[in-house]
Amino acid sequence: MTTLPIRVLVAKPGLDGHDRGAKVIARALRDAGMEVIYTGLRQTPEMIAEAALQEDVDVIGLSILSGAHNALAPRIMELLKTGGLSDVKVFMGGIIPDEDIPMLRSLGIAGVFGPGTSTETIVRAIREAVKE
Amino acid sequence: MDLVDSLLSGNRRALARLITQIENDLPVARNVLATLYMRAGRAHLVGVTGAPGTGKSTLVNELARAFRQSGRTVAIIAIDPTSPFTGGAILGDRIRMRDLSGDSGVFIRSMATRGSLGGLARATADVATALDAAGFDVVLIETVGAGQSEVDIAQLAHTVLVVEAPGLGDDVQAIKAGILEIADVLVVNKADQPNADITVRALRGMLALSQPESGARPTPICETVATEGKGIAELAAAIDDHRSHLNASGGMIERTRARIRRQIETMLREQLYARFISRNGGHAELDAAVEAVMDRRVDPYSAVEEMIK
Ligand SMILES: Nc1nc2c(ncn2[C@@H]2O[C@H](COP(=O)(O)OP(=O)(O)O)[C@@H](O)[C@H]2O)c(=O)[nH]1
Ligand SMILES: [Mg+2]
Repeated sequence: MTTLPIRVLVAKPGLDGHDRGAKVIARALRDAGMEVIYTGLRQTPEMIAEAALQEDVDVIGLSILSGAHNALAPRIMELLKTGGLSDVKVFMGGIIPDEDIPMLRSLGIAGVFGPGTSTETIVRAIREAVKE
Repeated sequence: MDLVDSLLSGNRRALARLITQIENDLPVARNVLATLYMRAGRAHLVGVTGAPGTGKSTLVNELARAFRQSGRTVAIIAIDPTSPFTGGAILGDRIRMRDLSGDSGVFIRSMATRGSLGGLARATADVATALDAAGFDVVLIETVGAGQSEVDIAQLAHTVLVVEAPGLGDDVQAIKAGILEIADVLVVNKADQPNADITVRALRGMLALSQPESGARPTPICETVATEGKGIAELAAAIDDHRSHLNASGGMIERTRARIRRQIETMLREQLYARFISRNGGHAELDAAVEAVMDRRVDPYSAVEEMIK
């Protein structure tokens, strides 16, 4: 193993109780050779920012099904910024309407994946983003 | 030195960065550690090992809360296995440690086992040194109990908990003698489950066999229900008792000496090898030796003898 593994925090903010999608992603990233810190359900933005700092991750993957992305994303990005974690790449997946994507991108979210995005696409996007 | 100063002044980002550098075995980490080492040596290192699913992470969460209540700061190193096929890992111990978030007296770091056993033992020791120097009073090290690597890592700790749980199949039969011997405190978690008493009795029987000297300190067995916080105060007290016992009996000095010796021996081995490999033609010489032994032109014993001349 010459290249260092990419470290990814996979988190599930919001109040809905499904993390099947997040688990599928976590496994796919592991199978792609990444170290995935999986934090489970109902993570607050504060918990996510704190875990990202302690774990010194390269990437955060947020799975949001609850429709609360418009509230959660700005808060998470703000906490990352104040915590000195602006260089961490943040990706979002879940049920996110197309019209919200420009707002999310303007916050600095590196990518938004809709339902049905292949895991290969996600892995490739993460590798590209970390390379930068 | 910038990183050292900010780390010593409590900068958690600096600490997290240093841990990454240690894991990646970067030379810069060694320089920082050389300075930090002189500040370390205060923390109580507690190893928590046992089979997957016995409740180690849940226990670590509860223990951390108990130590926090007594005013101590707590760092956690949670180790999970790297997949040997992909090099990736899922590190899921934080799921059980939600209660600790938002507490600046707690720092949690997940680590994958990565490549070599020796590498993991070194990295874990160095991460513990960094956390110790950063001022944490207790460092809890969770490892998956499955063999020599756990024994290695457990040997870093001053106090080792071996966690068992009832109802994991032939668990008691599967407890290896070696694992029992490294236990300073035995924990039977999931005491709410049927047959917990059978597990306790079986452990007691095995301890009686393995600890024949009458003067030896008997290994305490603590029953806990981590999910309900039951038995945690008693377990925390048993951990503190063990430390007091080590201090009073001279065992602490003995363990520390053994640990430092192991650390120096490992580093010596690694660095002599690294020095051989990095010198001019080291790789070629190694390759040539492999080919020569393949062809049975020379035996491996003589080949190595020749290489280190
Ligand atoms: N019934 C019961 N379940 C427990 C207890 N402690 C932990 N668990 C559960 O056992 C499972 C594994 O726990 P975890 O802490 O992740 O175990 P680890 O793999 O050893 O770290 C989880 O579902 C816990 O909720 C306990 O005392 N009683
Ligand atoms: Mg665990």
